[in-house]
This record gives sequence, structure tokens and C-alpha cells, in this order.
Amino acid sequence: MSTAITDTKPQATDPKDGLSALEGRGSIAETFGIPLAVLAEITHRCPLQCPYCSNPVELDRGGTELTTEEWKKVLTELAEIGVLQIHFSGGEPTARKDIVELVQHATDVGLYSNLITSAVLLTREKLAALADAGLCHVQISFQGNEPVVANRVAGFRHAHQKKLEVAKWTRELDLPLTVNAVMHRQNLFQLPDIIQMAVDLDADRLEVANVQYYGWALKNRAALMPTIEQIEECSRIVEEAEARLKGTLAIDFVVPDYYALRPKKCMGGWGRQFFNISPAGKILPCHAAESITGLEFESVRSNHSIAWIWQNSEAFNRYRGTGWMPEPCRSCEFKEVDFGGCRCQAFALTGDAGNTDPACTLSPLHEKIFKIAESEAAADNNRFIYRNFAGGTLETDGDHGA
Amino acid sequence: MSAARSRNINVSETSRPVLPRHAKLKFDETRKVWVILAPERVLAPDEIAVEVLQLCDGVRHVADMVDLLAAKYAAPREAIATDVVAMLQDLADKGFLTEAREKTS
Repeated sequence: MSTAITDTKPQATDPKDGLSALEGRGSIAETFGIPLAVLAEITHRCPLQCPYCSNPVELDRGGTELTTEEWKKVLTELAEIGVLQIHFSGGEPTARKDIVELVQHATDVGLYSNLITSAVLLTREKLAALADAGLCHVQISFQGNEPVVANRVAGFRHAHQKKLEVAKWTRELDLPLTVNAVMHRQNLFQLPDIIQMAVDLDADRLEVANVQYYGWALKNRAALMPTIEQIEECSRIVEEAEARLKGTLAIDFVVPDYYALRPKKCMGGWGRQFFNISPAGKILPCHAAESITGLEFESVRSNHSIAWIWQNSEAFNRYRGTGWMPEPCRSCEFKEVDFGGCRCQAFALTGDAGNTDPACTLSPLHEKIFKIAESEAAADNNRFIYRNFAGGTLETDGDHGA
Repeated sequence: MSAARSRNINVSETSRPVLPRHAKLKFDETRKVWVILAPERVLAPDEIAVEVLQLCDGVRHVADMVDLLAAKYAAPREAIATDVVAMLQDLADKGFLTEAREKTS
């Protein structure tokens, strides 16, 4: 197989099938090869109000969104420069009236398309039209395994019931389904039931994604932060389920990094394997990058090509590789393993995106962050601030926005 | 729609395998390599795997594929059959092959 693609450590390969996983290895760090997959956040509009949303607190308004023609031009350009997969996300991507047209265009230019959706706006006809347009995969978010918890978290009445219905249609249309369960202190107790729900829905994959604290989630950290006991229990449940459901349901597990010892290799390293396009057309190293003030992000509406922005823009080059690193990262043996963790988290927690991610035990702030997590989890203040364009609405007793 | 999901198919010479809707075999013009596109994954099949996968159209039986390959490579049929079935079974176990469904109409 081609060495041009396997630029980083290859995953264990079974020689029998002649296959090796390439994801995460499409980008050659030295030359910034174009990513295999790109996330298109085509709108920030969303009928749900989930307090764990990773969108920026300053949401892009509908009027600033790229037009249908602009998105089609972007999709064409992405395919031309070697992107293979497009994830349509948001906000809620089906809030755009042109979603079928955009999926059809992705198919026409040869992109493999994935819809990351809350599902609540979909009708069976719309989903069938998306399937006909060539949609390859559907990922539906779930906020719990039953309506009481799920609808309260979503801040949307009947959300859960609707999601179950759309998941069923997805499988009836023979589309592969991923259930995305975002987990936090207030729903982790449902994890075994959520795993069973994914099996019952005939999902191929389940993402057990513990909340990552950016954007709205950071604003709601006190209401979401799990206890360390919950995390230990969660890991045990996932491990048991993975063994039991092998061949039936693949489980991807995202651990919360406040309790970790080593930081996550966020986005596979800044500007190495991934970029995101915001509703207004900015090319971002990750979906939370706009939270870092002082970085200028180039737009597809600029005079530059997407490839140029990826290769040359100041924002992508600022934290690329290891040259920017201060101590303790600079002399760390893990610096090319985790690339210093997450820039957005470093910025949110230390005020400087160039610092070591405090999720790392080697960060001077790690102990403090760990203590914050512990004390917020113990305080058990469960009131949400719901995500919306008005800057957020505090949950009130008996009326949780749903 | 049938609820019978062909998730764990058993490949034999009478199977008529086909790539499921979510797995797309494609030549990546930028990187000059064949890839299988799947949810959240991109895989690189080697040359032999590509050749066999291109024969998996949901119509052709595995036995016919083996005949074709044995003739093309002037190799013993039995050896080819063993390799092809093992490779297809492995792809099926990973979810990249399914069995063509019998049309009831």
C-alpha cells in the first residue's frame, strides 16, 4: 500500500484482509496534506437548546450563513483538493431548507456524506429524499434513554419520541445509523439503558461521548461535570458492553479530560488532520477555535482558496507541529503523541492558547482543574443555561424550556 | 423493508457478496490509491482486495470470482478459493460486505 498516506503510526493491521485504517493519517504533517474528512457546520440554528452544545456562545445568525450556491462551490472545491468525506453538522443541518440539494451536490462531486442531526425536524419524506440524494450515513444525537431526562436536557418537548421515530426510519431506509449519546453528570446513570436502546434501534455504532467543555458546555460546566466515581463506572460499563456486543454494535468512547492524566490529541493535532467550516464560511482548525480571541480566521468568501487557507493562513500555522510549544511541552517525550492537548481548552482555562492544556498532569494548573471538577461535581447544582441566540436562558423550576 | 439485517454473513462459494450502501469503493485521485469510504473511517484495501471487491456486484457468486481469478493468474483453483473466501469473510466480519438479498417479487 501507498506510503504517501500512512504518515503516522499505522494501526494494527490484519494482513489477511489487505486493509488498513487510514483515517487520521490522511494528512502528512510535514506538508499539511489535505484532510480526508471535513466538518461543515452549515448553520447554527437549532430547535434544541442543549446546555452541553460545543458551538460558540456567540452563534452565527441565519443572515450570515453561506448561501446554497456558496456551499455548493465549497463542496466542489473540497472534492477537487482531495477531501473524501463531508460531515454535515450545525446547529441542526436540516434547519436549512437546501439540505437535500447540498447532499445531492456532495454526491455529484464524489463526496461521502454524513448527516449529524438532532432528527427532530425530519419527516420520513425528507429522510427518504436525503437517502435518494446519496446520503451515506446518519448520526442522531440522544440526550437520554427516556423522555423525562432526554427532553429536559434538549429543552424541547417530544424530542426523544421524535428521535426514536427517525432512527427507525433511518434503518428502514437501509441507511447506517450511529447513535450519539452525550453523557454528563445528569444522565450517566442511564448509560446501560442507552446502550440497550442503541441495540434495539439496530444502530451500527454508538458514540458514548462525555461532554467536552467548550462554548455552551463550558458555561454549563457546573451542571454537567460528572463525579470521578461516575467516570470509573462509565468506563467499566463501556468495557463490558464492548466485549458483549462485539460484531453487533461498535462503541466509540470519549472520556472527559478534566479527570485524565494525559491530554487528548485534540483534532489529531492543530492543523494536522482536520478542519471545520463555520456557518459564515470561516475555515477553522476545530469547531471551538473561534473561542480563542486574537486569532484571525480566513473565510471561503476571501480571495484565498481553501487549500491556501489550510496551508498558509496564520491561524493554522500558529500552533502547528511542535515549534510553538513552551515548557513543559517542549522537552516532553509525549509532545508528538498529544501535541500539547487542546488549544481551546488551554485558552479557556489559562487565558493563553499557547499554554500546555491543563488536562495534562504536567501542567502547573492541572491540580487546580482537577479540584474544580471535583468540587463542581460535588456541589451538584443542576440548573442548566439553555443554548439560544439570546445568550442563554436559565432553567426555572417546573419549566425547563421543553 | 426486511428487518433481516445481514450483519454477520457466512461467506462460501455460493455467496453473492456486495458492498453495503455505506461502504463505497473509490479511487482517490489525489492520493492515487483505492479507498473504502465508511462511516467515520477511510480504509485502504491492497491491490488484491481491490480486484476481488470490484467483482463483488451482488450478482456474481464467489465460485465465479474464484474461477476468474484462477484463470487470470493461472493458479490452482483450490488455493485461490481458500484465500478469497477468507478475505471476503474478514471484510464481512468488519461490516464492509453484505449478501445480496433475494428479490421476492
